[in-house]
Amino acid sequence: MKVQGIKNAHRNVGAVIIATVVACGVIVENVGRAEIRITEGVGRYILEAGHPSLAEWKLPPLAPASDIHGNALTDLGRRLFFDKILSADKTRSCATCHRPELGWSDGLPTARGLDGKPLARATPGLANVAYGSLFNWDGRVASLEEQALGPVFSQSEMGSDSEELVARLEADRFYREAFTKLFPNQPLNEKQVGLALAAFERTLLVQDTRFDRWVAGESGVLTDSEIRGFGVFIDPNRGSCGTCHAPPNFTDNGFHNIGLESFGHGNPDLGRYKIRPVRLMRGAFKTPPLRNIALSAPYFHDGSAATLEDVIEHYRTGGVVKENLSPEMKVLRLNAREKSDLVAFLKAISNSHVNFSTELALEQQ
Amino acid sequence: MNRWLREGDFLQMKTGIRISVIFVLSFFVGHLVADQLPVVGQKDKKFSVERLAVKVGESVSFANEDPFFHNVFSLSPAATFDLGSYPQGESRAVTFKEAGEVQIECAIHPSMQMVIEVTE
Ligand code: HEC
Ligand code: HEC
Ligand SMILES: [Cu+2]
Repeated sequence: MKVQGIKNAHRNVGAVIIATVVACGVIVENVGRAEIRITEGVGRYILEAGHPSLAEWKLPPLAPASDIHGNALTDLGRRLFFDKILSADKTRSCATCHRPELGWSDGLPTARGLDGKPLARATPGLANVAYGSLFNWDGRVASLEEQALGPVFSQSEMGSDSEELVARLEADRFYREAFTKLFPNQPLNEKQVGLALAAFERTLLVQDTRFDRWVAGESGVLTDSEIRGFGVFIDPNRGSCGTCHAPPNFTDNGFHNIGLESFGHGNPDLGRYKIRPVRLMRGAFKTPPLRNIALSAPYFHDGSAATLEDVIEHYRTGGVVKENLSPEMKVLRLNAREKSDLVAFLKAISNSHVNFSTELALEQQ
Repeated sequence: MNRWLREGDFLQMKTGIRISVIFVLSFFVGHLVADQLPVVGQKDKKFSVERLAVKVGESVSFANEDPFFHNVFSLSPAATFDLGSYPQGESRAVTFKEAGEVQIECAIHPSMQMVIEVTE
């Protein structure tokens, strides 16, 4: 009996060992199939639809608009945004450069000035601008209200004059009535124009890309290639994009010199350095958010990358000009598949079109 | 399992080792300075305190605890300095020689701000 017992015990141990080995095998398999674990600098993500570790990529709801005007202010802002009345010679509106169908950008390497000549910097897309805190490539403006008046009065962009603009808007029956209704005890002024434009810009939200639906728990909306691309994007040892294009809005709201070729030219755009004269800021520009990025080619503040493939190739080299390069930039070891996965991912954080009726906005004019 | 999954596993190991090395290093470095200096951490893109009071002649150490670079600086007349950029696990110190309010910011992440009140 005793011997038998020991034998049994041995057999049991054996069974336990076998069971354990099998179980481990199953676990490893499961890890391989369902849970792609990688270590990420800002936390650990499991690349599975709706996994709690992905929650930080979910855009938070915006604080409810503090103004009492509700949609009326936004509607007025929309009309102003598309109205050429804001430019001195009535040839252009905000939407001349920020075109809805081009991700609220203009498809040009750098914006075209009033005189038809190219300006120094590219027109940024405006998707999710409501989540920003500093505006323009160098972050020189701290509110959308203030930013909106910049192009209106800039001689190279819209060339308007404050007094003349107010007189024009007052002379227009629609605007006179709309402004009076919204601001009953104030004379029409440029500040109100800024308020309305900013209110409209805050509605240009992109929160429902396929990636967002995947993060929210919908499985099957991303292809394997797109999921792999996300892995490359956040992996500090491969794409290393997520350090700067950080969750949830794909930006750290920070400034970096990413080594563009134009910084090597004679008299380069110093970017953020003009606002904060700290050495590292020479040639540094704001990290743009990336949702809807597929719509707003060409890329970078100087428009030097024509396609998303060109963007990835730039990062792969670790930057062309190494002088004053961001310490986060490095040569990337990416194979062909990883590069195409990255591009696929950038498309998965973009909608195929802008959910906006241009006709509606233009009809009003 | 495909190739890059295994790379992911490997990555975890490597990061583990790196973190231990940083831990050990920061233990030694920390020991040298932490006893004497007040330390202001930079973690999750925030300074660990929003305000700090020090006396003229005192130093403050700025410790980066985030897995990316920060660049602490001030352009205030009472103390103008640029600590440059340094990674996780490193710290750099500033000595405050004049009384006054010193506005401190990170050049890379301007939302990181704090004030050091320097008194006689
Ligand atoms: C001539 C083309 C042009 C016109 C017209 C124009 N913009 Fe822009 N916009 C630009 C360029 C170029 C920049 C970047 C400027 C810089 O970084 O110095 C910009 C930047 C912006 C930004 C900052 C975005 C960010 O992410 O920081 C906002 C918001 C904006 N424009 C809104 C407007 C509004 C509102 C109007 C109309 C009142 C307008 N723009 C008219 C070209 C234009
Ligand atoms: C060091 C921080 C940093 C890293 C790392 C980084 N980016 Fe960027 N990214 C930026 C900044 C800053 C800009 C704007 C630079 C400029 O125009 O001068 C930018 C611009 C872009 C743009 C163009 C946006 C536009 O509106 O023109 C894309 C696309 C982009 N990055 C994708 C990526 C991808 C993909 C990776 C990883 C392979 C990556 N970035 C890594 C900081 C970074
Ligand atoms: Cu910082």
